[in-house]
Amino acid sequence: MIGASVMGDKAVSRQGGAGRTTVIYWEKWTGDEATEMRKVVDAFNKSQDKIYVRYLSISGVDTKTMLATAGGNPPDIAGIWLDQLCEFSDAKALTDLSPMAKAAGLGPDTYIKGYWDPLNYRGGLWALPSTPASIALHVRTDLVPKEYGSPETFPKTIEALDEMAMKISKKRENGDLEMAGFLPSNPGWWNFAWGIYFGASLFDGDKLTLDSPENVRAFKWVDKYAKTFGSKEVQSFQSGFGTFASPQDPFMQGKVATELNGVWKASYIHVYKPDTQWFAVPFPYPADRKDLAGHSELSQDVLTIPRGAKHPQEAFEFIKFVQRQDVMEGLCKGHGKNSPLEKVSEEFFKTHRNKFIRLFDSLARSPKAFSPPQIGILPQLQNEMNVAFQEVNTQQKSPDQALHDAQNRVSDLWTTYKDQVLNK
Amino acid sequence: MRGRDARVGILFAMPWIMGFLIFMAYPLVASLVTSFTNFSILRPPSFIGIDNYKELFHDQVFYKSLGNTLLYVLGAVPLTTVAAIALALLLNTKVKGMSFYRTMFFLPTLVPMVALGTLFLWVFNGDYGLLKAGFAKVHMSSPNWLGDPAWSKWTLILISMWGCGQAMVIYLAGLQDVPVSLYEAAELDGAKAWAKTKNVTLPMISPVILFNVVMGIIGALQIFAVPYIMFPNGAPARSAYFYAMYLYDNAFQYQRMGYASAMGWVLFLITLTLTLIALKLSNKHVHYESN
Repeated sequence: MIGASVMGDKAVSRQGGAGRTTVIYWEKWTGDEATEMRKVVDAFNKSQDKIYVRYLSISGVDTKTMLATAGGNPPDIAGIWLDQLCEFSDAKALTDLSPMAKAAGLGPDTYIKGYWDPLNYRGGLWALPSTPASIALHVRTDLVPKEYGSPETFPKTIEALDEMAMKISKKRENGDLEMAGFLPSNPGWWNFAWGIYFGASLFDGDKLTLDSPENVRAFKWVDKYAKTFGSKEVQSFQSGFGTFASPQDPFMQGKVATELNGVWKASYIHVYKPDTQWFAVPFPYPADRKDLAGHSELSQDVLTIPRGAKHPQEAFEFIKFVQRQDVMEGLCKGHGKNSPLEKVSEEFFKTHRNKFIRLFDSLARSPKAFSPPQIGILPQLQNEMNVAFQEVNTQQKSPDQALHDAQNRVSDLWTTYKDQVLNK
Repeated sequence: MRGRDARVGILFAMPWIMGFLIFMAYPLVASLVTSFTNFSILRPPSFIGIDNYKELFHDQVFYKSLGNTLLYVLGAVPLTTVAAIALALLLNTKVKGMSFYRTMFFLPTLVPMVALGTLFLWVFNGDYGLLKAGFAKVHMSSPNWLGDPAWSKWTLILISMWGCGQAMVIYLAGLQDVPVSLYEAAELDGAKAWAKTKNVTLPMISPVILFNVVMGIIGALQIFAVPYIMFPNGAPARSAYFYAMYLYDNAFQYQRMGYASAMGWVLFLITLTLTLIALKLSNKHVHYESN
């Protein structure tokens, strides 16, 4: 922070070319995802001669953006996660994009509602999407019974999924798990959201509802899996799982027959085990809650302009460029994701690597699609729900107790946050 | 002349004094002041008295992380002390190629913490881990080192032995300072190997033991990098969530600099207390040459 303050622009920028304004863009992506965004940056730099965008892959981009903003020398564009948007907005770390977006003709009609709404918070528009995602249940065709081996015939309710999962799971002679039909703890990225699949909410705009009956029901369902498979057996089994971006991924290896995962999963399958036989379906709903059919969590990587950025107008020019339908579709296709835009070309669907891209697009448009709650302490809330999930999954606490403790803890944090950050 | 000497002395010491003032004294005072404020980095700090400290003492995660850390200290410090002394005793014998052995046992301490964490993720892997394979060879089932809350801290305590080479070198230096005449006198009195170790070696290196134990306590209280890599967010169920991890999360994940500063000062007081206890307890057991 001291270095950035003292060195000023020199710390983060270099001249991009004579007479051009250099826009510094910090992004979390590395590898193939970074390559795809670099293509967009290159296309933008070639498209005009006034602005030069310099793309920098930054690890811990959120923390570094916050510190650089505090030091008075932030990047012009920061690519962060949607989950942090409210926290950054409450901390006054971002520039309100409303006037620029309005002038550029970007508004609610441009985007799928489920992606547009979470970008708006407390009267401001704090980001625009780079790439979004929706999630669905991925199924290994060769590991489920033949009668369930297609999207049309696969179980529609959670109860039917459970029955199938228990039936096809295999144990070794020593009791170790060999293959699991389904595991709520795999991949473990959305543990906080299980209740929502049972009709729960986590936050009603003022009060937290982590221990609502629907959340308790969801955690009892998690508890059932831990008890049936054996908590220790599940932990041991999962500790042998490789990372999702490798051939050791449990779904690709056939260690799990079904897995809740994002639209990007197909890209990894394509790279690491292209012969995998799979399909995707919306995650099942509870038998007594047919109204929840078609629910999916939506997530987004977003582009923001930190407060105090030197070239906000020029930065927005680049962000606006990314929102162009052809550019956005190229980027999303490169990342293996669906598009956040309301209008999607037929070409996008036809040439996408994910053969179920239409499903992910329709899930994003579903009225039951949901985003993480808009609350400035979302990282803490997710963390506490994760802890509660692990306490249940490792049989340390009952679902009621774990959620009761999480509710108390997050409520205390929320009270302090309201007092200290929101000044309520 | 004396005044001029003093000025020259101060001038020569200035690089250190400036470094101390800028990088030690100022952050210390600033963190103490910050601990009495609500400070979220991007907004000016506002004075809130002792609210951060009051909140801390009602914070269940604070107690959980503190408990985990103290348990780690209780396990890791004695274990590494015993291991380091044992290794130093072995490496103090007259065996051919001793320099090679000494280097080999010291080398692991040079491995960066992040690399160490990544390496041990594979060693302790519950399915493919080297340890699991080792246990299987002797027809025993291996605990789930990384996934079982009951084992996560013990995993880290075992890993702490990896770094005992640092203390081992200091013990080795201490051992080489023990006068040979004392061993000769003990031998004349009929002392065997263990009696010599117990009655000569250990008392003679007791100041070194005290130094290493105090440094070990201070280091163990600040454990961060290895669990941060091996047990993200202290999972499972915060069983490997340590004090420094919670402090870091508050400061850099949740932007609660005031709260994190208060945690820092509480840790300082805990460290000071444990150090004073160690020094007090050492009165009867540490023998200095001057005594």
